[in-house]
Amino acid sequence: MDIPYTVSARKDTGLYNGKLGLWLFLASEVMLFGGLFSALVLIRVGNAVWPPAGTPELNVALATFNTAVLITSSVTAILSWASLAKKDLGGFKKYMGITIVCGFIFLMAKSFEYYGKLSHGVVPSTNVFMGVYYTMTFLHVLHVIGGLAVMIYLWGPGSKMWHTNPGRFSNRIECTGLYWHFVDLVWIFLFPVLYLL
Amino acid sequence: MSDHAHHEESFLRKYVFSIDHKVIGIQYGITSLIFLFLGFSLMLVMRYQLAYPGEGIIPPDVYNSFGAMHGTIMIFLGVVPLAVGAFGNYLVPLQVGAIDMAFPRLNMMSYWVYFVGGVVMLLGFFAPGGAASSGWTSYPPLSVVTTTGQTIWLIGMIFLITSSLLGSVNIIVTIVQLRAEGLTYMRMPFFVWAQLITSFLLLLAFPPLEAAGVLQLMDRVAGTSFFMPSGLVVSGEVLPVAGGGSPLLWQHLFWFLAHPEVYVLILPAMGIIGEVIANNTRKPLWGYKSLVFASFFLGFMSFIVWAHHMFMTGMGTAISSFFQTTTMIISIPSVIILTALMLSLWGGSIRFNTPMLFALAFLPMFGIGGLTGLPLGLATSDIVLHDTYYVIAHFHYVVAPGTIFALFAGIYYWYPKITGRAMSETLGKIHFFGSFICMNGIFFPMLIQGLHGMNRRMYDGGATYQFNAPVLYLNEVITIFAVGLAVFQLVFIINFFLSLKAGEKAEPNHWQATTIEWTETTSPPLGHGNFAKVPTVHRGPYEYSVPGSDVDFIPQAQA
Amino acid sequence: MSEHSVEEVNKHIKKYIGVFIALLVLTAITVAAGLLHTTLQMSVAVGIIIGLSIAIVKGTLVAGYFMHLFDEKPLIFWILAFMAFFFFVLLLLPIITQSDSLSTM
Repeated sequence: MDIPYTVSARKDTGLYNGKLGLWLFLASEVMLFGGLFSALVLIRVGNAVWPPAGTPELNVALATFNTAVLITSSVTAILSWASLAKKDLGGFKKYMGITIVCGFIFLMAKSFEYYGKLSHGVVPSTNVFMGVYYTMTFLHVLHVIGGLAVMIYLWGPGSKMWHTNPGRFSNRIECTGLYWHFVDLVWIFLFPVLYLL
Repeated sequence: MSDHAHHEESFLRKYVFSIDHKVIGIQYGITSLIFLFLGFSLMLVMRYQLAYPGEGIIPPDVYNSFGAMHGTIMIFLGVVPLAVGAFGNYLVPLQVGAIDMAFPRLNMMSYWVYFVGGVVMLLGFFAPGGAASSGWTSYPPLSVVTTTGQTIWLIGMIFLITSSLLGSVNIIVTIVQLRAEGLTYMRMPFFVWAQLITSFLLLLAFPPLEAAGVLQLMDRVAGTSFFMPSGLVVSGEVLPVAGGGSPLLWQHLFWFLAHPEVYVLILPAMGIIGEVIANNTRKPLWGYKSLVFASFFLGFMSFIVWAHHMFMTGMGTAISSFFQTTTMIISIPSVIILTALMLSLWGGSIRFNTPMLFALAFLPMFGIGGLTGLPLGLATSDIVLHDTYYVIAHFHYVVAPGTIFALFAGIYYWYPKITGRAMSETLGKIHFFGSFICMNGIFFPMLIQGLHGMNRRMYDGGATYQFNAPVLYLNEVITIFAVGLAVFQLVFIINFFLSLKAGEKAEPNHWQATTIEWTETTSPPLGHGNFAKVPTVHRGPYEYSVPGSDVDFIPQAQA
Repeated sequence: MSEHSVEEVNKHIKKYIGVFIALLVLTAITVAAGLLHTTLQMSVAVGIIIGLSIAIVKGTLVAGYFMHLFDEKPLIFWILAFMAFFFFVLLLLPIITQSDSLSTM
């Protein structure tokens, strides 16, 4: 006996298991970042000057570039899923490949940004703003790394499943895409909150 | 998953890294029972210290760390994994007619992440300066400036929270997606409802604490100051941190989880009690729908009451009135649930077996726990009672003779399904009556001490304060009962292991129950896939003593 | 995944590209607003409102189109509705509590 609804949707919910599970996971992720944003708001209100005096300028140009990179990776992620919907494994490989490359570009830009700060002696303990900056962006980076690991697997050895169970494979890609868009979504909020306001 | 069930599995796959929900449930059960025993042992040492402070068997800092670890172990490593991990894992798929959890590998992972979290927590005892000692609540700034044990505590918590999240996703998806044909939401056993709502609480309330844990870890390891105010003076010196943080922030994030956590502790217990009471009164539960809706409302409200733990932090009157009001509102669904369970007894032909005795004791014990909470929910009376033994008595009445009795009821009730043998009724009754008397002997005197104003954290049991003098003798009384409680738990342990080999052979449907985990499975051990044929459900969960029927129960799966 | 015809998928792809362009444009506007905010001496509150409003629009586009939330099943909506409620509780109640403090009276 196999576990039902891994490929097709259950009639009364209209969902397959993975999708429901992933949305539940994302709901908990929203609450995780909710806790962090709540902390940010409370600390911000508690400090008369924000960012506190002496906070170094953040690299807005680099962060804008990274925003564009993540948005691009999001759209290629969904195009890779659309390719599977058209039964086009080559297209999937191409777009998923671009997504992965974009993920790495994001990480490189981010490390460059961190390096620029750290080499000038700006560390998390510098002041409470830098603490918020490092903690929130680094948690986001961890999410990017997690997503990349899954996508590399699905792009490489994981894609063999396309030949044995194509329905389930495109479900996996859809779920991975949902997660990746969420990572993008978090960045869309982090970017103005940390860099611009 | 298509390759299982047909060929022999290796020992590791079958018993250690198993993906079968029943094995994982048993793993959760055994691990959490060991942790419960450990948490209880810490408390015995502390109780001895409180009764005979002159002997000083442990130094004050060890006393503090035992206190913190007792709370942590009991809640996060004992009761929740037993109630949700063990009972949820083992029974939810069986009760909804699923062949396994929706994500078996994730299920295995959530157990092992929990296991690692537990081991990390225990490693804290070997850290320089001992285990975490800032209470299970870990309030900063104390928790930020204290010894290394706290760092380990935080890492352990992050593992435990992750495990809970994985587990709760799994339980929700299993209930929603894998329900057998015909098992509509309103035909689900109350236990399944309780697990569903509990999982939602874990899913949405735990992540903010994970965030807070990460922030506190940053404060401790990277020297940030999320929870550190400017100009904080410790031991006469200004701390060299940047400052600008807020200690109250931790309390908000912590209690955002920790209040719903109370309902995580109590809801599965109520679910178990519902099953046991319906079965042993041979009557349907009174007001099944009100039970379900009340639980739902309870879960919802539990997210907006948390600051009643923070009345003493200088909250303004307007906002305390708000939290006081929501707190009074949340007592309504609890009363509905308790009343419905109580009314279910009316006119039943009650079978007084061990699980039923525990279930019957749960009702008044949880009642005392709930009612003693009301004065704590009102800001005015909380000012007097805050941080006294009254608080300890209150929440222990909810969790110890409340939840833990319910978990015992569950263990006695489902033991025959899991092992194929029933536990000894004689030993079970000794265990029950002994525990019942000792529990009250422990916690009732604490109410008296608390009303005298005895502070809950005193290493010497409060002897330094003159006003404690009239109630000081109770310390010894409580400790004697605590030792008594330990002795009666030995009876349980003996019964548990003895019955594995020598217990009375159990029928597949040992208690003549209606739900499908009893009627549609063989007895035991259950193989992969649980059911010979996945059942179809035709009726509600509690069709006992149906008028006009010639049998006294109609199984859910009977057409 | 339900079966889609190739034309249908191609129509969706056009939509995704449109959203992609919209997101890039909005990012540019956010950055411009952020820079203007310092030069024009806008009040902090106005800056926050502009920045967050754009972020919310962008977030809605990503969630609605890329994550298919606009035609998702009701069950997902219910879960997200509860999440959204608790999210705002978590965001707002601590700050309300903080602002109504005995020490500031």
